[in-house]
Amino acid sequence: MYILLTTAYSVSDNLLEVQIRHTLHTAHGILPMEVTFALPKAGIMALTGPSGAGKTTLLKQIAGLIMPESGSITFNGEPWLNTPSNVHLPAQARNIGFVFQDYALFPHLTVLGNLLFALPRGSKPDIAHELLEITGLTGLAQRKPHEISGGQQQRVALARALVRQPDLLLMDEPFAALDPDMRYQLQDLLLRLRRQHSFSAIVVTHNVGEIFRLSDHVAVMDSGKLLRFGTPSEIYLNEKEPAGEMLIYGEVLTCERSDDQLTVNAWIENRVRELKLPLHLEPQLAPGSAFTMRYSANPAQIRIVGG
Amino acid sequence: MNPQPLLLTFKLASITSVLLLVIALPIAYWLAFGKFKGRGVVEALIGMPLVLPPSVIGFYLLLAFSPSHWFGAWIEDVLGLRLVFSFPGLVIASILYSLPFMVYPIRAGLQSLPTSLREASYTLGKGERETFFKVLLPNCKPAILTAFVLTFAHTVGEFGVVLMIGGNIPGVTKVASVAIYNEVEALNYTAANQYAMVLFAVTFVILLLVYSVNNRLLRVRQPA
Repeated sequence: MYILLTTAYSVSDNLLEVQIRHTLHTAHGILPMEVTFALPKAGIMALTGPSGAGKTTLLKQIAGLIMPESGSITFNGEPWLNTPSNVHLPAQARNIGFVFQDYALFPHLTVLGNLLFALPRGSKPDIAHELLEITGLTGLAQRKPHEISGGQQQRVALARALVRQPDLLLMDEPFAALDPDMRYQLQDLLLRLRRQHSFSAIVVTHNVGEIFRLSDHVAVMDSGKLLRFGTPSEIYLNEKEPAGEMLIYGEVLTCERSDDQLTVNAWIENRVRELKLPLHLEPQLAPGSAFTMRYSANPAQIRIVGG
Repeated sequence: MNPQPLLLTFKLASITSVLLLVIALPIAYWLAFGKFKGRGVVEALIGMPLVLPPSVIGFYLLLAFSPSHWFGAWIEDVLGLRLVFSFPGLVIASILYSLPFMVYPIRAGLQSLPTSLREASYTLGKGERETFFKVLLPNCKPAILTAFVLTFAHTVGEFGVVLMIGGNIPGVTKVASVAIYNEVEALNYTAANQYAMVLFAVTFVILLLVYSVNNRLLRVRQPA
């Protein structure tokens, strides 16, 4: 099941319209991917769901890095992809910025060199220096990526993605590897940069706090399908239409077995929480393993959907 | 000891390595990232010199290069070059013979880079060529250095192919490995030993340099 939202808005009002069919090759096998959504206005959209759901693939398809088997992508009325009429704008021609999960900084270039690389030929380097200033990297301009911390590398990746002043910034779990303080600071930086440079963004994230802080829309994906689409409140807080199912991501700390259930201590959303789970899940809950859990009001329906 | 065979050996190895680097870069890129059918056939052909006796390659090149064969005749007509028993012939044979030593390490180096580096360059508006020269190549320097030196050393060590198509014309095709063979046949062990020692020492120093440089480059690449 997926939700067709295009009908709710007239075509011209939408910032981004995506309709894609593809085949996903995941760790769990081959899955048909089918995603249709329309983003009604500029802002930040969060893309969430368990690993293997197709989030990164979707992001790269929007960027033009992966060619979908069929479908169309329209941004601000401009066709980026239309397989029936053989339109496929290469990544270079889509005015996007992309922040990779591993940052993808060029190891042989300095921080400044990474930003200057992104400048279109013949343009002035002012924007690169300005972005270094805003992101607090001026003092590190001559360092190589391996000489700075993870948080600083993330800032470089963000600054570099903005050098071309993109209309759309795509971010693949940009803050996942950072500690909560650094994560908060960088969310702040992103919001500040967005106010100054007025781009739209799609952010892949697992962190519900981050979704509320950053985004005005959330798309929830699973197994190649878009399950839900709405504002963060509609998705997570609306009692009348309960999320029914909520996805929880965590890491197992301890797992103890009693006669009728498992008592699991898990690290979820930066806290230790105790979960009572059915016995049959034990093999998937070894201490140290990561899990994604589909949770509903009825604990009997807890189902682990992937690490 | 006549230094001429040694000088000829190093001249041949230098020219072969430089030309082969230029030829191998696009081939390695194509094998690493290209989407095409028949990749297996191309890979097998490039890898043939690794397993085939050098005399087999030498034999076929000798036939092809000879003026009575259409290829040899054509080269002689068009370029005025006789490839058999000549230095240019040795260069071409060495290029074919050392192709896998240049192509494979560079391909492996390119493939070992995270895909995201290439993708990042594309999303920053750069095309494939610019990405190749400005992002991919600078980040596989150890692989390129290894490939270059392996090719150089392999060409220094050539014997069978050179003997088949070059013979041993002093100053033209008589390289050090052939000179050693000749001296041993003439029971002139002292001269053979001198050539052999020089080859041994030079090759060892080159490999030593490469491994120390590579270790240093790799240490620098480690994340902080």
